Amino acid sequence: MEKQLLRITVNNEHHELYIKPKKLLVEVLRDELGLTGTKRGCNTGACCACTVLLNGKTVKSCSVLAIQADGCEIRTVEGLASGAELTPLQRSFLDHGAYQCGFCTSGMLISATALLSENPTPTLDQIKEGLHGNLCRCTGYNSIIRAVRAVGEDKYEEGSK
Amino acid sequence: MIRDFIYLKANTAGEALDLIDKHKEDYKVICGGQSLLILMRQGLVAPEYLIDIKNVNELNYIRFDKKDGLRIGATTTHRAVESSPLVLEAYPVLVNMEENLASIQTRNWGTIGGNLCHGDPAGDPGPVFIALNGSVKIGSKGKTRTLFLEDFFVDYFETALEEGELLLEVHLPPIPPRTALAYEKFNIIKNDQGFVSLAAAITLENDGLVCKDARIVLGAAAPTPMRIREAERLLIGKKLSKSLLEKAGEKASEEADPVADVHASEEYRRHLVRSLTKKMVNKAWEEAKTLAK
Repeated sequence: MEKQLLRITVNNEHHELYIKPKKLLVEVLRDELGLTGTKRGCNTGACCACTVLLNGKTVKSCSVLAIQADGCEIRTVEGLASGAELTPLQRSFLDHGAYQCGFCTSGMLISATALLSENPTPTLDQIKEGLHGNLCRCTGYNSIIRAVRAVGEDKYEEGSK
Repeated sequence: MIRDFIYLKANTAGEALDLIDKHKEDYKVICGGQSLLILMRQGLVAPEYLIDIKNVNELNYIRFDKKDGLRIGATTTHRAVESSPLVLEAYPVLVNMEENLASIQTRNWGTIGGNLCHGDPAGDPGPVFIALNGSVKIGSKGKTRTLFLEDFFVDYFETALEEGELLLEVHLPPIPPRTALAYEKFNIIKNDQGFVSLAAAITLENDGLVCKDARIVLGAAAPTPMRIREAERLLIGKKLSKSLLEKAGEKASEEADPVADVHASEEYRRHLVRSLTKKMVNKAWEEAKTLAK
């Protein structure tokens, strides 16, 4: 089957590559571009571990054909921090122990980033709603929600340590 | 493992119809693909040509007019419907339905047209659109036709779309005066598909007591979204009462045609139909009473 040209901007970096049209976005990100921060969890669209931002909106990269993202801007977990400087959300995740095995973390960070950009001061219910699709197999939801809440309550400033 | 296919991208509805017409023998249309890719990954669907309409922006719109009602283009995402102030104002039941449909990720990429064309009897929009007396506009090369949504669903995962046809638009007429709607699905995990879902639209007479019209539509309790007409007939022309709702629930559970699966037995689904009928008709009734005042 003939490969087709995919032009895609990932974390502000432009890529042009030839792919089979059946390749999923998660496969291109991980296998072609080496961005393994995005995790492939269930691979059936149920767990949202593979969540990335596509033109600013969260999607499950296991449920989008990469070729359909032609011309789009993607942001993965690797694109959150600028250099060594973590985002307030990432620092809050560290401080609140919002990880256990870490497998859901990149998806959680992306979903929470999208939530906070739409609604910088979410209520508890809005946080739960915003992260509802993202499953944590360690069931560490409380610490994740606390971490997002702390950012919403302005306990973490942009750029401070 | 997804089987190889030839990928063709359409940028306009006309281009899409040309491509569909040209590859009639073995094609599938993809938009958000939130249902289709699951089937393709399981090898249940393996088209030779995959025709992508995700970028057909002329079908991405939500238009409302008081006289005409609501028109939603086929490539409009669930999230666009959910966050539309127009929809919230005129058809709040749709916002409520969308907020409980799958994950935000799915709603961001999945579309109204794709959802309907997938023909899953457990889909959320189908029953609600039917309760709202909705119709669809279907295009093929050089032609369009409209069809009530009630007649669009044919069987499990089967719609009235013929080869060469593309769903273009959903149309919902204005909601009649003194009419209220309610929709709910029963599930164990929030936002999962419902074991059974039910949409009810209740219209009251001027007096605010007698039921002028009732449309009650089941999801996941038959091969297609299904109107439970005998239960509707029980209510129309009568003063609504708790005992009448009791009888309507009983009738609905007899009329339903559910299957047993890993989620629920047939008996359990009939029980859910009965209780959801009572609950949703009551909810719509209570709200319609406030509108009739």
